[in-house]
Amino acid sequence: MATQVLMPQLGESVTEGTISKWLVNVGDVVKKYDPLAEVTTDKVNAEVPSTVSGRVSQIVVAEGETVAVGTLILYIEEEGGASAPAPAAAPAPQAAPAPAATPAAAVPQAAAPSTPAPAAGDAPKQRYSPAVMRLAQEHNIDLSRVAGTGAEGRVTRKDVQAIIDAGGQAPAAAPAPVAEAPAPQAAPAAAQVTQTPTVTAAQVPTSTPAANVSYDIPVATGDQVIPVTPIRKTIANRMVQSKHEAPHAWTMVEVDVTNLVNYRSSVKDEFKKKEGVNLTFLPFFIKAVVESLKEFPMLNSQWAGDKIIVKKNINISIAVATDDALYVPVIKDADQKSVYGIAKSIEDLAARTRAGKLTMDDMTGGTFTVNNTGSFGSVMSTPIINAPQAAILSVESIVKRPVVINDMIAVRSMVNLCLSLDHRVLDGLVCGRFLQAVKQKLENIGPDTKLY
Amino acid sequence: MAVMTFIEAVTLAMREEMRRDPSVFLLGEDVGIRGGVFRASMGLIEEFGEERVIDTPLAESAIAGVAIGAAAVGMRPIAEMQFADFIMPAVNQIVSEAAKMRYRSAGDWNCPITIRAPFGGGVHGALYHSQSVEAMFNSTPGLKIVAPSTPYDAKGLLKAAIRDNDPVLFFEHKRCYRLIKGEVPDTDYVLPIGKADVKREGTDITVISYGLTLHFALQAAEKLAAEGISAHVLDLRTLYPLDKDAIIQAASKTGKVLVIHEDNKEGGIGGEVAAIVAENCLFDLDAPVRRLCGPDVPAMPYSPPMEKFFMITPEKVLEAMRELALF
Repeated sequence: MATQVLMPQLGESVTEGTISKWLVNVGDVVKKYDPLAEVTTDKVNAEVPSTVSGRVSQIVVAEGETVAVGTLILYIEEEGGASAPAPAAAPAPQAAPAPAATPAAAVPQAAAPSTPAPAAGDAPKQRYSPAVMRLAQEHNIDLSRVAGTGAEGRVTRKDVQAIIDAGGQAPAAAPAPVAEAPAPQAAPAAAQVTQTPTVTAAQVPTSTPAANVSYDIPVATGDQVIPVTPIRKTIANRMVQSKHEAPHAWTMVEVDVTNLVNYRSSVKDEFKKKEGVNLTFLPFFIKAVVESLKEFPMLNSQWAGDKIIVKKNINISIAVATDDALYVPVIKDADQKSVYGIAKSIEDLAARTRAGKLTMDDMTGGTFTVNNTGSFGSVMSTPIINAPQAAILSVESIVKRPVVINDMIAVRSMVNLCLSLDHRVLDGLVCGRFLQAVKQKLENIGPDTKLY
Repeated sequence: MAVMTFIEAVTLAMREEMRRDPSVFLLGEDVGIRGGVFRASMGLIEEFGEERVIDTPLAESAIAGVAIGAAAVGMRPIAEMQFADFIMPAVNQIVSEAAKMRYRSAGDWNCPITIRAPFGGGVHGALYHSQSVEAMFNSTPGLKIVAPSTPYDAKGLLKAAIRDNDPVLFFEHKRCYRLIKGEVPDTDYVLPIGKADVKREGTDITVISYGLTLHFALQAAEKLAAEGISAHVLDLRTLYPLDKDAIIQAASKTGKVLVIHEDNKEGGIGGEVAAIVAENCLFDLDAPVRRLCGPDVPAMPYSPPMEKFFMITPEKVLEAMRELALF
């Protein structure tokens, strides 16, 4: 009896996952809880465990494919089960049907297996002949948008030449998905660029793996083309969404942190010795921010269209950059933590980010983001809000500057704090007060400040 | 202009050259009184006498050797090998002497001989009367190898071979002799050795061939045209040295190349053609270069079904061309 294995829910907000690697092959014997596949979701890599013991009878979703949670990804023939072909015999044990459900008219038994993953996996591998590659390069033709007339849908030299003869490829409309290739067989070649279908092969539409926006940007010789990873894609989508939806306003205060600098210098060595954790400036800033959020809870809220949700928990997202991506793990209940507790959390999250060991839980639930842009020398930045949060604060570099105090010029350690705010939720006044509160707390740090 | 068979064009070329130049003479087995076993020299002994149309003993090395010697003293002999299969005893004379004469003597001597030989199968000739031997000679600088496929080309190229100042092997596909007819001008024309000829213009696939199989390719091209497949057909005509420019041009035109010959596949002319295409046309290629050739078995079988298996047939050609077009 073949059991269906579905794409599991790998985090509360996760709606889809990419099978980055199959760890089993058809025919492999697996035990319950054995890892079946590596899955990349939003920002986390996870393994899909087997739900039963048995033999893998069919893999439905190809590597690299992104499917919704609940989608059937493979069949496992349970031990002692009949070896009938999986799809036909498979009952649908779990109630969760594949997302792209077939019409209800279908017999239930047949329904689930006959709604396998998107057909993309069946698409022929696109391999291009030297002539096709050259012509495409010379004439800036996006081969993924060319319908091939050759064997198994191969794009032939004539296909490309026909496009060139017809005056080149129509540019992909910027926000339109790529799948504007000719209609399937049913539609005759009328609308197609290929004028003379000289061979009898059926017109096979080009299938695009992911319905993502693709721009018609020419690639010159020597240019490097980097495929977009799921994480990069997530970052891109999040940034566009935030910048697009939330009207960003921006403000900045400068803070005299001379006392903080002196205080930290005096305690950091002992702290390191005692706790084994580096005492950086960031925990102090986060501590000040958290205390200020308590006073101005509107900063710790979210826009929800017809309402504003003021979050009770204060969970601080911190940005941690790796070489190729940006992760935003969360310090949970930061308002219940001391400077020491925050320092320890930061160190733990940063280490696990760089080791690629963040869990979905580590990534979710943030209510306000503190971004340590000063760590790479920035003195001013306009951060993009980590939606659906209402604001983000960046801590810039601490620099020594001449400032006027009591009509005298002094050399002080100064830092800029930049705040981007969602103007739907917040206005300048509350944000100004919030920043003043943060500033005041930071400037008042001194020998009496508690680390624990 | 008269329509004549391939073999009539061969006879006409010899007659015209013998009339034009008294140093031209023909020697070979049964070429005189018999007029050749295929009747290629019909009527020549009557016109030119047994001094210029010489029946020889059954000794091919002597036929070639005598021709080389005669050429050395200013004659232009046409030596006929009754069948290309019988050329083997003469290979030493042809390869070691004729081909190297000019080079060995630093240009003091040359060797203007033409060696004619009927080749190829499909006439139930079995082992000793069906071989294609061209590949054995096509790595011998100093020789030229010509294999025409039409009566027009046969006359023009044979006349050119006779007038050439170096040795030319002139292979005539024996099934073409009476199967292939075409218009042949009665004027004195010669065609350049070393030049291939486009026999049909097309845009989808390029077929490169020579001899009998070229005709199969042309027939198949006609049929495929009805299916919307346009075939470009190049007749090599000269097999050594190959017309590289023509091959490159024809291959680049469509990017899909099929080489067809009856000779065995491995080590055949087709491999050389494919190499020229690979060396020069990579960025025009839209498909792997393909070859349709005789199988790598020792000889043409006598059994008719086996002969059919060995031979390149119009059906095999049609199928191979269609398959490449659909790739």
